[in-house]
Amino acid sequence: MDFFKTTPKIDFMGVRQIAIGLSLVLLVSSFIAFATRGLNFGIDFTGGTLIEVAYDRVVDLGEVRKQLAAAGFDSAIVQHVGSAKGVIVRIPPRAGMQSAEISNRVLDALKKDTQASVEMRQVEFVGPQVGEELVEDGGLALIFALFGILVYVALRFELRLAVASVIATVHDLLLTTGLVSILGLQFDLTMLAAILTVAGYSINDTIVVFDRIRENFRKLRRESPLEVMNRSINETLSRTLITGPTSLMVLTALYFLGGDVIDDFALTLIIGVVIGTFSSIYIASPIALLLGVSRTDLMPVKKEGSGIAERP
Amino acid sequence: MNRYPLWKNLLILAVLALGVVYALPNLYGDNPALQVNPVRAAPIDAALEGRIADALKSAGLKPLALERGPRSILVRFDDTERQLKAKEVVTSALGDDYVVALNLASVTPAWLRAIGAEPMFLGLDLRGGVHFLMEVDVQAAERMLEERFVSDLRSLLRDNKVRYKTVAREEDGGILVTFRDADDRSKAEAIIAEETPDLTSTREDHGADPALRLRVKPEYVKEQRKLALQQNLTTLRNRVNELGVAEPIVQQQGEARIVVQLPGVQDTARAKEILGATATLEFRMVHEDGDPEAAAAGKVPVGAKLYKDRNGKPVLLKRQVMLTGDHIIDAASGIDPTDGRPEVPITLDNKGARIFSRATKDNVGRPMATVFIENKVDTKTVGGKTVKVKRTVEEVINIATIQEQLGKRFRIVGLDNTEEARNLALLLRAGSLAAPIDIVEERTIGPSLGQDNIEMGVRGAAVGFVLVLIFAGVYYGVFGLVADLALLFNLVLLVALMSILQATLTLPGIAGIVLSVAMAVDANVLIFERIREELRSRNTPQASINAGYEKAFATIFDSNITTLIAGMVLFAFGTGPVKGFAVTLSLGILTSMFTTVSGTRAVINLMYGGRRLARLAV
Repeated sequence: MDFFKTTPKIDFMGVRQIAIGLSLVLLVSSFIAFATRGLNFGIDFTGGTLIEVAYDRVVDLGEVRKQLAAAGFDSAIVQHVGSAKGVIVRIPPRAGMQSAEISNRVLDALKKDTQASVEMRQVEFVGPQVGEELVEDGGLALIFALFGILVYVALRFELRLAVASVIATVHDLLLTTGLVSILGLQFDLTMLAAILTVAGYSINDTIVVFDRIRENFRKLRRESPLEVMNRSINETLSRTLITGPTSLMVLTALYFLGGDVIDDFALTLIIGVVIGTFSSIYIASPIALLLGVSRTDLMPVKKEGSGIAERP
Repeated sequence: MNRYPLWKNLLILAVLALGVVYALPNLYGDNPALQVNPVRAAPIDAALEGRIADALKSAGLKPLALERGPRSILVRFDDTERQLKAKEVVTSALGDDYVVALNLASVTPAWLRAIGAEPMFLGLDLRGGVHFLMEVDVQAAERMLEERFVSDLRSLLRDNKVRYKTVAREEDGGILVTFRDADDRSKAEAIIAEETPDLTSTREDHGADPALRLRVKPEYVKEQRKLALQQNLTTLRNRVNELGVAEPIVQQQGEARIVVQLPGVQDTARAKEILGATATLEFRMVHEDGDPEAAAAGKVPVGAKLYKDRNGKPVLLKRQVMLTGDHIIDAASGIDPTDGRPEVPITLDNKGARIFSRATKDNVGRPMATVFIENKVDTKTVGGKTVKVKRTVEEVINIATIQEQLGKRFRIVGLDNTEEARNLALLLRAGSLAAPIDIVEERTIGPSLGQDNIEMGVRGAAVGFVLVLIFAGVYYGVFGLVADLALLFNLVLLVALMSILQATLTLPGIAGIVLSVAMAVDANVLIFERIREELRSRNTPQASINAGYEKAFATIFDSNITTLIAGMVLFAFGTGPVKGFAVTLSLGILTSMFTTVSGTRAVINLMYGGRRLARLAV
């Protein structure tokens, strides 16, 4: 079976203005989302206590809130998790109480006056200091990753392509995080890992296209950079459009079957893969073109006397 | 063309075989088990085995097996229910000489274990358990250091007949010594410089009195901090051992933090209590001349300190501490044979014994109080920022009349129940901590969640994997099937590698495995699409195969390395589950590079190499 019996000849670069325009619109929407909704930071970054309990029957969140308020936890955030029988309680950093106390008291409050059996599934407590550190570490991780990638691509290809690839990746990260903000997904350490993976995947995709561009620049002597890029994108299209969906297949299985600890993670990756594929086709190359990539940048270093061999 | 030398094929086979062998242990699973360890020098012998067997038999619990090792006995069970019941039975049968821990004993046969093949380590989010990050309260350590210097200074100056007015610790650190005149101060300066070189002294004038401000040298503080951390590490390890947890992790993290991981712990509240509390004892004489009620109203006589007892009644004790808890070398919990009430017999070290003996000699017939001191930590919001505030709870747990001169061994009575006696003994036996520690991070996963996580994670991964296998076979024909073989090989290698490295598998780690499978498919897609392209350009099948592999390799390499960079950064900065994800992703990429490029090529070469071909089933 082969969907690409002939190499396609779609003019991707021709629509690059529209593509970049669309990207800018999406970017602006992301920024608006950050400004208005912000990110739903989990306790990994804000500090606080998170308690997950499982009931043996459907439980009404309003009831739970009342029970907690009666115990003095009126600032608790209560949500269903998994099914209507599972509840997550999040309590912001609390003055005058230690984590051990908080979780015990919450459990006691929930067990009181109810015939349902309440089972503690998990408890997480992050002190405010550690929360701050995790924010710092997360930010540093992102910067280091992007920088490492920049250096590697600059070494293997050349600087302009490296910059373009990093811009494309940052674009993907911003859009993905924007969507995470709009969907209100919880932003905790696992989500940060997903975002970093999206960065890896996006770069992966972009490298494949750039690799072909490099090869074509050396092979096609007469075509302009724009034409070279167009051809390269078309030639790699078969791979891009197979790998994307296979990754999505795998991630979708994880999303539906993996349980609620990794479903947000899987969803973020799904979004990231879609955006990453889009950016490899429509964003990375136009930006490289804008930066002025040309054949000479990608030619291998010439050795002495090779001028004779070059002559046709 | 398209022929691998024999050694290469053999190498690939060898790697595959090794992979299978080292991945095997993971198929064997675990038995819920009990591990019995001696507390001190108690024997591990056939008699002990017999006692355990008898206890289990009379409770109607049949174990799968009883294994006696050189330093412990392992009892295997069919399910966790039996395991939990057995723990209670065995604990009460063996008493305080042994620690009974819940354990998951792997069923890996001996021949595998002999070559170092063990199953992967499961993370807390898959096993259930507790993870704590504890921070040593460095400021408290410094304060305790200064207080020790204060009392040492007092005796030092007195012994050298240097007069002073006051020696006290200042609120914001440092020690202030005031004198009556400058002469005394100079004498003191000289003595201090000679006898306590770890203090720096500067002259000051405190109102009308010449004074010296003393500070502890920073290098000394650092040194002590390190020692405090070491002592806390040791103490925590002891406490964790006494909790009876198998495979605990107690490690230093950074300069002032300790990570404690207790897999399989079910009673997390008790774990937190034992680990987070710091406790010590003080023995003080009761201040008989004062009136506790009046003191409670506000008039505390000189040389006395006000305390509350268990019931909240005020008690007046002397300021001077007779003996501190750090001289305790042993404490056990037991029953007083005379009245059947719980008691804690205590043994002191020689120095403590001497101090105690001297102190009690002059006080026979007088009441002495046992003060239980617990350091708690509260989080308060001060001026908008959350700060940690120390709170010390001091309680008189017992007042008894000194019957005779006490020495190395004595008993504490007046406890509520055996549970309390056991807890008290536990805290004291493991030693009082050099500096208080608080829990700054905690993650607890209940056992049911752990089980669910495994099931769901494996299910999601398996379904995704199968989908990919089907797709590859359908879309790429025979080549696709070869790619499927390589994917399976990849999975086996990855599991083997993680087992050999004893890396931890977490739930995001399972997602990482799934992702690396996707990347492995990507590599195959790159190769096969390239081969197809070459065929379209009218190259011969053999040349196409060759060109496909060669040209795709650079792309595979570059794209995988960049994802690897992201993985390594995640590994460096991540903790716990995230680290597990980074590990499986990175290792998965490495194994996939091997299996997709070399593995598939070896098979393709064997199938098609060196023959004349008309078409390729790709």
